[in-house]
Amino acid sequence: MSGWIRKTASEMADALAAGEVTSVELTQAHLDRIAAVDTPTDRRGVHAFLHVDAEGALAQAAESDARRSAGSPLSALDGVPIAVKDVLATEGLPTTCGSKILEGWIPPYDATVVARLKAAGLPILGKTNMDEFAMGSSTEHSAYGATHNPWDLDRIPGGSGGGSAAAVAAFEAPLAIGTDTGGSIRQPGAVTGTVGVKPTYGGVSRYGLVALANSLDQAGPVTRTVLDSALLHEVIGGHDPMDSTSIDQPLPDLVAAAKQGAAGDLSGVRVGVIKELSGDGWQPGVITRFQESVDLLVKAGAEVVEVSCPHFVHAMAAYYLILPAEASSNLAKFDAMRYGLRVWPEGKPDASAEEVMRATRDAGFGDEVKRRIILGTYALSSGYYDAYYGQAQKVRTLISRDFEAAFEQADVLVSPTAPTTAFKLGEKLDDPIAMYLNDLATIPANLAGVPGISVPSGLAEEDGLPAGFQILAPALADDRCYRVGAALEAALLEQWGGPLLDQAPALNGADA
Amino acid sequence: MTDTLVAFDDVLASYDPALGLEVHVELNTNTKMFCGCPAVFGGEPNTQVCPTCLGLPGAMPVVNAKAIESAIRIGLALNCEIAEWCRFARKNYFYPDMPKNFQTSQYDEPIAFEGFMDVDVDGETFRVEIERAHMEEDTGKSLHVGGATGRIHGADHSLVDYNRAGIPLIEIVTKPITGAGEKAPAVARAYVSQLRDLIVALGVSEARMDQGNLRADVNLSLAPKGAGTLGTRTETKNVNSFRSVERAVRYEMQRHAGILDDGGSILQETRHWHEDTGITTSGREKSDAEDYRYFPEPDLVPVAPSREWVEELRGTLPENPLLKRARLQADWGYTDLEMRDVIAAGVVGLIEETVAAGASPQAARKWWLSELGRRANDAGVDITELGVSPAQVAAVQALVDAGTVNDKLARQVFDGLIAGEGTPEEIVAARGLAVVSDDGALGAAVDAAIAANPDVADKIRDGKVAAAGALIGAVMKEMKGQADAGRVRELILEKLQ
Repeated sequence: MSGWIRKTASEMADALAAGEVTSVELTQAHLDRIAAVDTPTDRRGVHAFLHVDAEGALAQAAESDARRSAGSPLSALDGVPIAVKDVLATEGLPTTCGSKILEGWIPPYDATVVARLKAAGLPILGKTNMDEFAMGSSTEHSAYGATHNPWDLDRIPGGSGGGSAAAVAAFEAPLAIGTDTGGSIRQPGAVTGTVGVKPTYGGVSRYGLVALANSLDQAGPVTRTVLDSALLHEVIGGHDPMDSTSIDQPLPDLVAAAKQGAAGDLSGVRVGVIKELSGDGWQPGVITRFQESVDLLVKAGAEVVEVSCPHFVHAMAAYYLILPAEASSNLAKFDAMRYGLRVWPEGKPDASAEEVMRATRDAGFGDEVKRRIILGTYALSSGYYDAYYGQAQKVRTLISRDFEAAFEQADVLVSPTAPTTAFKLGEKLDDPIAMYLNDLATIPANLAGVPGISVPSGLAEEDGLPAGFQILAPALADDRCYRVGAALEAALLEQWGGPLLDQAPALNGADA
Repeated sequence: MTDTLVAFDDVLASYDPALGLEVHVELNTNTKMFCGCPAVFGGEPNTQVCPTCLGLPGAMPVVNAKAIESAIRIGLALNCEIAEWCRFARKNYFYPDMPKNFQTSQYDEPIAFEGFMDVDVDGETFRVEIERAHMEEDTGKSLHVGGATGRIHGADHSLVDYNRAGIPLIEIVTKPITGAGEKAPAVARAYVSQLRDLIVALGVSEARMDQGNLRADVNLSLAPKGAGTLGTRTETKNVNSFRSVERAVRYEMQRHAGILDDGGSILQETRHWHEDTGITTSGREKSDAEDYRYFPEPDLVPVAPSREWVEELRGTLPENPLLKRARLQADWGYTDLEMRDVIAAGVVGLIEETVAAGASPQAARKWWLSELGRRANDAGVDITELGVSPAQVAAVQALVDAGTVNDKLARQVFDGLIAGEGTPEEIVAARGLAVVSDDGALGAAVDAAIAANPDVADKIRDGKVAAAGALIGAVMKEMKGQADAGRVRELILEKLQ
């Protein structure tokens, strides 16, 4: 059975439709894979999952098979299993956001994305690891231990959604849901050799997504191919009346765009290379793969222009004011009063509510979370608001204008997804600024609300690790990301002679 | 520590008061401000809740369109500008009855701003400038258990009911009201009372102060007479009747003057109003240390009411309260003096509702102004809190008109209503208050009275009709007051003439 796990989700969907495999078989194969590689007791595992729901997934798979037999599948992906980042509320399944403060909390409701997955018939394998409250670029800030990169278990899988990317890269799941606030889908995609999509802000409901920074967060697909992302995006996307910021417009035809791109013709497409997102500080091997990819797009008929986004240089500073400001307020609700962890101050049996809140928040939040709460509280303080939060919002407007100007010259904008390949676990843990710089290329899209995709561009020569290629499009034009991404993927697959992940090392003898 | 109070007239000799009123109006929308939970009073604790109003991780707010409509109508009725574009903001502070530890409110972009309301005080019109009316959500309700006072101090634990969390509120804030002088307490009362009438006329809230649908915070400061400045203010919270508004202003004026006369300075703070003792005590200190870190709510999109909609809503406004009063006076046929009395007593709306329920204007005035006004005063409660509704007053009057009870018996019906014994009809039956209208029983009593008083009967037969009073008295005594004196008189005259 294990051969099935290396297929793409669309191949699995076709096989289910053709009756070559059942959803129960597919789901079981992935559960077996998880058991083999995720948290083995005798050696280091991937540790992509915080919670595996074997029973629930198999029950959903059985229902899917029953629907299939009755000739009434719910969607093209009915029966294809999926993993969900632990930041989305799942009714009856633990949801921790990688934090001790939510340990033991079982949501009484489903996030809209999760409800849509269920409505489309995708069995949910479990919840994936992440940096605590999605704060980080390495998944090392998870209160439940880091996730390891399947390409090298001593390296980070990116973050905050390292669990989802690693699960897909390690064939523990064909599909996963991630969330991207400053690159948390795209950067893990880049460093694990997988595909990750941050949709247009408002394109996928945030209802039930435990907010890191509400004005930046966006849930999206994590997959091994561009077409799989398009299929998944169509399941989770579209207007939701429960999310006021959700866009009330139909999604563009993403699957058609991916298929059009895979056919290889990009004539008439103008590709803008962002001048500011390369140069000093960028790993040479990453830049080399990026340039080769740009050449492949030209070969497919695209026209390449260089564009300048002069305010991107301020994006990082603005982001690290807006995000902590919103986060500091969002995280205030974790106060031990209604759910989650409750810590009693030591030796104080008659502690007040305020003292319990303080003790719980002290024990329940990790250092990075505390750092950002303090930053955000400061940035919003009376007397500082204008200088920090207010100024950051102005920078945000300037970045949006940079995008508008650039999209007059080009249909899509491209850059490497992350400046480097996966670094070693622990390498940047004591240097928050170095950690933050990982998201240099991905943050502008979140600030402006535009969609972006990261597709693998190959392995960097110096370390043999995956590099990512980012494609950004104007808001609501997510289809352009899919078209160009699929074209690049098709050209590279031909060059590689098969999926990039085929070049990944076996996971300590566990591979079939 | 007891506060030193300065006599009211002495306060005015040395100081000018400045008032500020913040009134919270709980809207009567079917659902809460940001979720679909029912927004109704009562209910078992924590049964009208969902992920959004409980602040569960991941849940998001969606604005209640009906609440926006109510806010705009209130703004228009207060002669405000209506924002073309405004946002909600987060007011961040920690408190267990606030599910998210921030309140979704409006900060520097209120839905309505720059309005006014003309308030009538003893026939004089006083313009109260409105700074803003903004939308916000209510908090949950804490219940402190185990202490003697029900307050948090001394309690051994607290329970929180989130049914109220997320109920839509409109907060209406005045600009500082200066120049009211000795009338400051009356202006404060008249403003809140007239604002309530307006809210009721708009139909946007039950506006019952006793149930907390309408809650007033009273800001007061004193400045040296003639200085034209504003002093340091105190904010007295949750003053829950018109009468208390007036008393709280008066008390704070007297207390501030006591401190200032002693060369002290006023601490800017929240005060608690004590209905029973009529004093305020210090609440939590409101100082510069309190920083709500307001910022625009990123989970909500801006509210941008179209001008067409605003004008459409303007068309739904009830009539201007002052013009309405002039009209009511004409309709009711009250003299200027009668009208002034009912305005001063704050019973215009009650009389209007009573008349609407079928009573004559004079009867409605009689009951509210004399009988019920006296009872409210004796009980030290606001007339709206007596427990007698306009519909009930009309029902009692209908019983009088039908001859079922007389005025004296009607007072006993009010006793029953205040004691919560049921409807007027039920009380009449239960207490056996109905006048005997059965001519047979009355006739027998009349015959007995005539037989017992032959001298008086003779006088009447001789044409001395005035003598009938003695017989009527005897019959009424025999009937224990439960007879229609007019009918008794008729029967006596019939029999003796």
